[in-house]
Amino acid sequence: MGMAADDIAAMIRAALPDAEVEITDLAGDGDHYAAHVVSAAFAGKSRVAQHQLVYKALGGRMGGELHALQLTTAVPN
Amino acid sequence: MSDTNSRIAEIVNGNDVVLFMKGTPLFPQCGFSSRAIAILDHLGVEYASVDVLQDMDIRQGIKSFSDWPTIPQLYVKGEFVGGSDIMMEMFEAGELQQLMTEAEVKPAA
Repeated sequence: MGMAADDIAAMIRAALPDAEVEITDLAGDGDHYAAHVVSAAFAGKSRVAQHQLVYKALGGRMGGELHALQLTTAVPN
Repeated sequence: MSDTNSRIAEIVNGNDVVLFMKGTPLFPQCGFSSRAIAILDHLGVEYASVDVLQDMDIRQGIKSFSDWPTIPQLYVKGEFVGGSDIMMEMFEAGELQQLMTEAEVKPAA
């Protein structure tokens, strides 16, 4: 079973308090999501490092409980 | 270094471009792997692929090797580039083409 969109957003915000998190349920099945995360914590970091921060926020659920999360990251303008 | 880690190191250092994926380029077994292959085919570069479904050690080992929780994973010249989301983002920005050119990757045969 997957995770609720609100839980995903809450975990990301817990680790990156300034983050703007936008979650889209792609298939309407609570299992395939897209997340767009905007945080100042990404400044100066590579894309890989930015995504790793989000994956760490999700505490190991990514790739397990959370199978399909398309992720894009950005630094605030 | 564990055996699996040295096997993975050998693979990423022995191929200019290598994709760790689920399934094969002809028969990807996952939408994300399929998307990664479509990008590489579109770039027209020569690449190797490793089907992690055929090798449980590599399937688990690559995640800690790259500190990255999901498959697919792309390596160019021994460097971890990212998963399918980053590949797509870089492709759309023209950065992946640039990376391949700078790395002097061979065109697909």
